[in-house]
Amino acid sequence: MPIDKSMNVLIVDDYKTMLRIIRNLLKQIEFNNVEEASDGAEALAKLRGGNFGLVISDWNMAPMTGLQLLQEVRADNRLKQTPFIMITAESKTENVVAAKQAGVSNYIVKPFNAETLKEKIEKVLGHA
Amino acid sequence: MPEPARQNEFLLAHRLAEIRANRPNVEPHIVSEVIRAVLTTMSEDLTVHDTALLLEVEELGRTIANAKIEIAALKVDDITGSHIPFATDELDAIVSHTAAATNAILESCETLDNVATTATGEMATNLQNATTRIYEACSFQDITGQRITKIVATLKTIEDKVARIIATFGPKVADLPAVPKPELTPEEELLNGPQLPREAMDQSDIDKLMASFD
Repeated sequence: MPIDKSMNVLIVDDYKTMLRIIRNLLKQIEFNNVEEASDGAEALAKLRGGNFGLVISDWNMAPMTGLQLLQEVRADNRLKQTPFIMITAESKTENVVAAKQAGVSNYIVKPFNAETLKEKIEKVLGHA
Repeated sequence: MPEPARQNEFLLAHRLAEIRANRPNVEPHIVSEVIRAVLTTMSEDLTVHDTALLLEVEELGRTIANAKIEIAALKVDDITGSHIPFATDELDAIVSHTAAATNAILESCETLDNVATTATGEMATNLQNATTRIYEACSFQDITGQRITKIVATLKTIEDKVARIIATFGPKVADLPAVPKPELTPEEELLNGPQLPREAMDQSDIDKLMASFD
């Protein structure tokens, strides 16, 4: 079964440049329904008010970090099954372990390339 | 107590009272003066070991006084007042300029992407591959921004420490308490930012770690 590329994807990052880069990379792999949030709180509000098939979030944001956003998503009955990819410069073992324990679907370390992004999206959406 | 010892004690107490009256604030060179007074008045009672010890204390007082003069000559005020704020501003400017440049590059890249949609075959593929590489490369701005933020935090720490040295060796010697380490939440302890390449895990390390949970 092919990936439903018409799904809504939420990208979360406090660097506008990164949002723009990820949006463009997603567009190149034909994900055109992309929404943006610049922090965890805004992302959570959008997730609760919409219907998203995938969340791609940075970790290092304030006041709500990407990890806290992930924890909120996993604690929410309606959202808890939503695939969640963390894209971050945080590359210590304890970060990956903490993210995994919180229920992250996959983890991409910055700087990343388009191929890694595509591969991880396919993997979490069940088409590896 | 034998008579000579009592006399020495009286002389010493008298000399110390004189010094205290003249110099209410303790300065390092006063320590030397006190030691000299002790040596002069108590020399008969002192052993060779005691004398050596007192001379060392006197030398220590002199060293502190010299250090104070040397630190004053460094113009440490310039470090907190000028050098560090200047460096911080420069780093902020780097972030700002690279952000502006990156956005200009991205804008041009998006235009090329739109052109790619009107092209066909190999040309379309080549154009898209080129824009993909540009998008990937532009993520440097996020990484450098985070690294610079870490440098600014380090500079601020240095600034605080220099300010404490000034306060300690300045005209009014303050009895400063140790700076408590800021308490971090478990969340904050995990915010380390980008790692240096020699210390960082790459994507394949992360993939292995993720796979180890399955």
